[in-house]
Amino acid sequence: MTIAVIQFGGSNCDRDAVQALESLDFDAELVWHEDGLPADVDGVVLPGGFSYGDYLRAGAMAARSPIMAEIREAASEGTPVLGICNGAQIGCESSLTPGAFTTNESARFQCEHVHLRVENADTPWTSQYEDGEVVELPIAHGEGRYEITDERLDELEAEDRILFKYCDEDGTVTPEANPNGSKHSVAGVTGEAEHVAVMMPHPERATLSDLGRTDGRGVLTGFAD
Amino acid sequence: MTAFTATVTVRLKRGVLDPEAETTQRSLERLGFDLNDLRSADVFELDLDADSADDAAERAEEMAERLLANPTIHDYDIEVAQAE
Repeated sequence: MTIAVIQFGGSNCDRDAVQALESLDFDAELVWHEDGLPADVDGVVLPGGFSYGDYLRAGAMAARSPIMAEIREAASEGTPVLGICNGAQIGCESSLTPGAFTTNESARFQCEHVHLRVENADTPWTSQYEDGEVVELPIAHGEGRYEITDERLDELEAEDRILFKYCDEDGTVTPEANPNGSKHSVAGVTGEAEHVAVMMPHPERATLSDLGRTDGRGVLTGFAD
Repeated sequence: MTAFTATVTVRLKRGVLDPEAETTQRSLERLGFDLNDLRSADVFELDLDADSADDAAERAEEMAERLLANPTIHDYDIEVAQAE
């Protein structure tokens, strides 16, 4: 099983993702976006970073690169795709997932650990957790505020497509525990099919025990499902 | 073919929070200016050759739909003028 980690100009969590995946016994390879998606990949990570300098909007340029058409095609045929941070912005910009990630309510770049409540433990990305379980992951973003129309968000909630919500350490979703002003405190969502997902927090930065907590392992393990 | 300039203005939909605009407004108020609200927008000026103003507007609209605006959060409008 080989996971392709896509490198765009300005990606900077690509090697972290490879290392985290390899620590979980996945084969992972870096794929430069201009080289196209290898035919034999079993999963795709859109990693964090600042592709194209966040020009226009975070993720806007990368979302229109030719490899994203290949990734949408692979996703429609069942290949799991996970977008993390800038990869989440790219995922939403390319319509793999609904909504948009835009400027934090604080208008600042925020780099901190947050608590997340598992909203739906019945997806590949969350099956290692329990519904309502609280995990701790780092965030590092300036444009992580989840925006979508109220009607559409209600639909996503009804369809159980919210993976994680920002919460306090007891698992209560409060405005104070929402680091970026995301609607309904959403930190991650799935696409039309649950094998496609995006999230702003970084599971790959909480996978190697040398770096502290390993709450993110369960998300990456989703590629095995 | 005639040379046109299509001006595409992309702004956040009403009701979508604009933290940069709020920060800018606060800065203006700190400088002593009095204002009720401030909205920001991105303006793109596209020089292109087209058979007609309508044709130029149609192409600019496609560019707005495909890249310049994100329909989830943005509205946009387009004005076309013959290039000078």
